[in-house]
Amino acid sequence: MSSTLLNQVAFYLLSAIAILGALGVVFLKSPVRAALALVANFFTLGLIYFMLGNQMIGISQIMVYAGAIMVLFLFVIMILKDQTPEEDKSLFQDRRFIFGLLSAIVICGLIWALVINPTMQSFGGEMDRSYGSPQAIGRSFFTTYVWPFEIISILLLVGIVGSIMLAKRKF
Amino acid sequence: MNTFLNLPLAGAVYEDIPLGHFLTLSLAMFALGSIGVLIRKNPVIVFMCIELMLNAVNLSFLAFAAYPNSHVQANNAFESAMAGQAMVIVVMAIAAAEVAVGLGIIMAIFRYRNNVDVDDMNTMRG
Amino acid sequence: MVAEWFFQLNENNPLLLGLIRVIFVVGAVLALVPPLIWWERRLLSWMQDRIGPNRSGTITFPDNFPLKGLAGKKVRTFGLIQPLLDGVKLFFKEDITPSDVDRKLYFIAPAIALFPAFALGATLPWGPSTGLYGILTPIADVEIGVLYVLAISSLGAYGLVLAGYASNNKYSLMGGLRASAQLISYELAMAMSVAAIVMAVGSMKLTNVVAIQEGPLWGAVPWAQNWFILTPFGFISAVIFLIALVAETNRAPFDLPEAENELIAGYHTEYSSMKFAVFFMGEYAAMFVFSGVFATLFLGGYNILPVNWMALHDATGAGIFKFLSNANYWLAPLVFLGKCFGGITFFIWLRATLPRLRYDQLMNLGWKSLLPLSVANFIVVGLWVIGTELYGVAGGWAAAIGAMVIGYIIYLNILTVSKKGAPATTKRTVTMVNPEAGRRSVAMVDPSTPKSP
Repeated sequence: MSSTLLNQVAFYLLSAIAILGALGVVFLKSPVRAALALVANFFTLGLIYFMLGNQMIGISQIMVYAGAIMVLFLFVIMILKDQTPEEDKSLFQDRRFIFGLLSAIVICGLIWALVINPTMQSFGGEMDRSYGSPQAIGRSFFTTYVWPFEIISILLLVGIVGSIMLAKRKF
Repeated sequence: MNTFLNLPLAGAVYEDIPLGHFLTLSLAMFALGSIGVLIRKNPVIVFMCIELMLNAVNLSFLAFAAYPNSHVQANNAFESAMAGQAMVIVVMAIAAAEVAVGLGIIMAIFRYRNNVDVDDMNTMRG
Repeated sequence: MVAEWFFQLNENNPLLLGLIRVIFVVGAVLALVPPLIWWERRLLSWMQDRIGPNRSGTITFPDNFPLKGLAGKKVRTFGLIQPLLDGVKLFFKEDITPSDVDRKLYFIAPAIALFPAFALGATLPWGPSTGLYGILTPIADVEIGVLYVLAISSLGAYGLVLAGYASNNKYSLMGGLRASAQLISYELAMAMSVAAIVMAVGSMKLTNVVAIQEGPLWGAVPWAQNWFILTPFGFISAVIFLIALVAETNRAPFDLPEAENELIAGYHTEYSSMKFAVFFMGEYAAMFVFSGVFATLFLGGYNILPVNWMALHDATGAGIFKFLSNANYWLAPLVFLGKCFGGITFFIWLRATLPRLRYDQLMNLGWKSLLPLSVANFIVVGLWVIGTELYGVAGGWAAAIGAMVIGYIIYLNILTVSKKGAPATTKRTVTMVNPEAGRRSVAMVDPSTPKSP
């Protein structure tokens, strides 16, 4: 099997799974199933990042999104098991659904025609392919991007304190 | 030595698949996420759709990082790839903090009202 | 012969060779699960002064058996085929699906539970990275091997949570909730303890982790290997990692998700027949592979003893050391399996020794003890790396030991400041009010010898 065919088969298979997962998040009624569809989506996105050569980001994607954030979502869904609101049975007749779909189609069409279609051929050139390695990312985060790095660590600290305060608060 | 990783799967996609296909996938995910935010009632699922949109943006960042523009010098191409990945890590950290606080808020609302339908949360309406 | 064939395959068809590597690892894990179950049952019953399964597999040869030596004799296998018979029994039992379960999730949950246990072995090197073993192991020697292990092990929560949710049983649901909370809590301590090791190595490749451990002990003793469990910070990391490991695999004393006297059987209460067997198999496979991860990170991977045989050979010129070095090379997979086996024996020993933790004890241990300790350890390793870079080996050790002493002093100060942490046996000054005298009197109270009021 030639490498081009291998790449293409892998990419279109993974993107099909990712799109199915995204559809599942939006249209499945049970929150647990929606969360599982999102896990599938995040996992395949991690694999697509591997294809793009971003090893470090891909494994962080699987660890952070699929491994931590979605487990937290499932935890909350289970605690709220019987209290989640019923979705409308006639979702497709809902006015909101039709407006949402129309606006999405229009915006997507515009973006695709104006932004994405011109990029189909023009990109692609030689460069150092080691940018996805943990060493490269570590080096850039301690030299060029040291301020963003410190700011996101403060943000995470604020997030931790805020969530503890929300959890401890008596109403 | 182990030659398995020298397979063309890792990194050489820019010759086989146009950048536009990655961006189309990203656009589709973003659109689905925004539809979900508009039509779903369960705040947890609305939250998940927001995560989906964030991930779509991440994908486009990484796709642009992996496809260097031929007009850019090779040295700058590496730096711009690092910029894209740094942005993705920032987005991931923000998403993690957002989920911790957001789910905390949902739990707090649930404890306060015993009901988490987004359409019923209208006490701030003027 | 065979080696030549593998080398040619490596040149011509690396994809097929990758498949062969996968088959080796998955086949080994699958084949070793039944003996592990037998070993756990036998060892546990020996520790608890019982007999355990010892009957099945005893063959009595008839008197007219053609081989004279065997005629009329009994051959005992000490119940070794018991797991096989258990498997057959589970396979033929009625597969009950309770009413009102979420059918799709109920069916898919055991499969999801099994996946991480097998996927985890993909980056573990079970042989040296030169020669024949170099092309046979590991399945994929990725730059991010350590992160891969952490990421895949964090996916282990899904099977348990989904099984608990889909079973439509409140005990199952509580088991699933406990499993997810426990895994999230102990992942942090695990990741921080491994981060210290990654910083000491300077790479996340697992083959590099093993290669660094083959270096001189403490940077100073050339004939001994620098296994991380022999270094101070590595020992602390190893203890934290081991505790987190037991919690991640849901084994006693951290088996709260399946605590039988509180939750029946936790998340797999409603599972029977082969679906239960799949959960069971996943648990044992996870134990096995996690033991391999521990061996790779802290116990020098596939090396027999922490001794550099070739360095000894160069120093003394004795041929025995060259032979031992060759033995170390060729016996590597067996040694690795032996270390995994030792890890499982340790798991069983823990199960026989320790009582189950209470839920608040579990959370306190994870968040208040292991996580701060691992973060402090991480800082110590950072100082060690900086000291080694600036002032050589001795400077590194001075920095690390100084940081440890300062950390211990800070810890003692925290203990005296927080009242809850104060040891129960120290003398405390208690101010009491004497209502008759109308003034305050100060008395010394020794809580170790309580008096009746």
